[in-house]
Amino acid sequence: MEIKVLGTGCAKCTSLEDVTRKAVEEKGISANIEKVEDIMQIMTYGVMTTPALVIDGKVVVKGRVPSLEEIKELL
Amino acid sequence: MEQQRKLKWMGAIIIILPSLLALYTHLQSLIDYFTYQILPLSSESHFGQAINFFLYDTIKIVILLFLISSLMGLVNAYFPVERLRVYLTTKKMYGLQYFFASFFGAITPFCSCSSIPLFIGFVQGGIPLGVTFAYLITSPLVNEVAVAMFLGLFGWKATLIYAGSGILLGMIGGYILGKFKLDRYLSDWVKQIQQNAHIEAGRWEGERRSFFDRLPAIIKDGWGIVQKVLLYIIIGIAIGATMHGYVPENFFTEYLSEDKWYAIPLAVILAVPLYANAAGIVPVIQVFVAKGVPLGTAIAFMMAVVGLSLPEATLLKKVMQWKLIGIFFGTITLFIILLGYLFNWII
Repeated sequence: MEIKVLGTGCAKCTSLEDVTRKAVEEKGISANIEKVEDIMQIMTYGVMTTPALVIDGKVVVKGRVPSLEEIKELL
Repeated sequence: MEQQRKLKWMGAIIIILPSLLALYTHLQSLIDYFTYQILPLSSESHFGQAINFFLYDTIKIVILLFLISSLMGLVNAYFPVERLRVYLTTKKMYGLQYFFASFFGAITPFCSCSSIPLFIGFVQGGIPLGVTFAYLITSPLVNEVAVAMFLGLFGWKATLIYAGSGILLGMIGGYILGKFKLDRYLSDWVKQIQQNAHIEAGRWEGERRSFFDRLPAIIKDGWGIVQKVLLYIIIGIAIGATMHGYVPENFFTEYLSEDKWYAIPLAVILAVPLYANAAGIVPVIQVFVAKGVPLGTAIAFMMAVVGLSLPEATLLKKVMQWKLIGIFFGTITLFIILLGYLFNWII
């Protein structure tokens, strides 16, 4: 599974990355988590509010940090 | 299970909201009881009065900020910025687009880290630069923290004036900047995006989660905003309370009074290098006003502090050339000064 966390480096973006890593770990799935900080790359996903979560190329969450439970469900 | 959770949240709202409102309306007598009876401090002493002031203002503003942030979060959950973009690109607005962009900038929680993605997002959708500027000007000026602080320290009238003029400033500033054909001063990669701009109508999809699924996160975010600025609120109010006691009456009047024509430009220019958030600056502004500075001058100062900041300028460097940043900030500065004169003249 390809997971990308989009964010320019604000506090919310780092917390989204942390929750996502935890969710992946607890679910025990193998996934490649990448943090995308470059604004030009972020914009190619068409999001306007960071942080955003991309799973297998699809934007599933934008502009907020979801709970651990929600991310597990999304995975 | 789903039903149970729904009931739990409904119950929580039914209990918490009225208790917060009751606490808010009876706050002064509760704080009086606490400071003068329980502690007990003398209601005659300066110290007792200062503590009373401090507790009252802090708690009042925390309640206001929590309610306003949650309300803004709620509006945003149902009308996110992506939806605004679809509106702005697909509907004929006859000039109203400046109002919508500016108004939306006011009701969204402001975070300087999201202004760049928003800017690009607007450009990507083919929204004119002027409309984008309208959003960009109002967004930092009118935000949940500024509104809560104004409401708590100046009352609703001054708050309406502040928010209204912030929106007006965005609209007029955006409109005028839009007339100048400034697109050539964007960064090269932004120009490329602009050339490939296309209207992605209907790409906005509403979230399908129910109200009660979304509410916990909205309330949690609202509280998160309070936590983030709580320290600044406390420091700001503490400074304000101290200044109240020690700065002599009419201290500022000599330099910043109404009959001195240079007072407003001076206040604005002094404010630019100051980088503070609304939480820290409003309590100080309140002292200024109490000690004889006209409200218009004070509002101009406040707008310059929160709206014109160097960190914001360096962020914008990614999408604009220096010349455009200069024009952008120059125009806002000019309009803030004009607004200050206007208020002092009206009030």
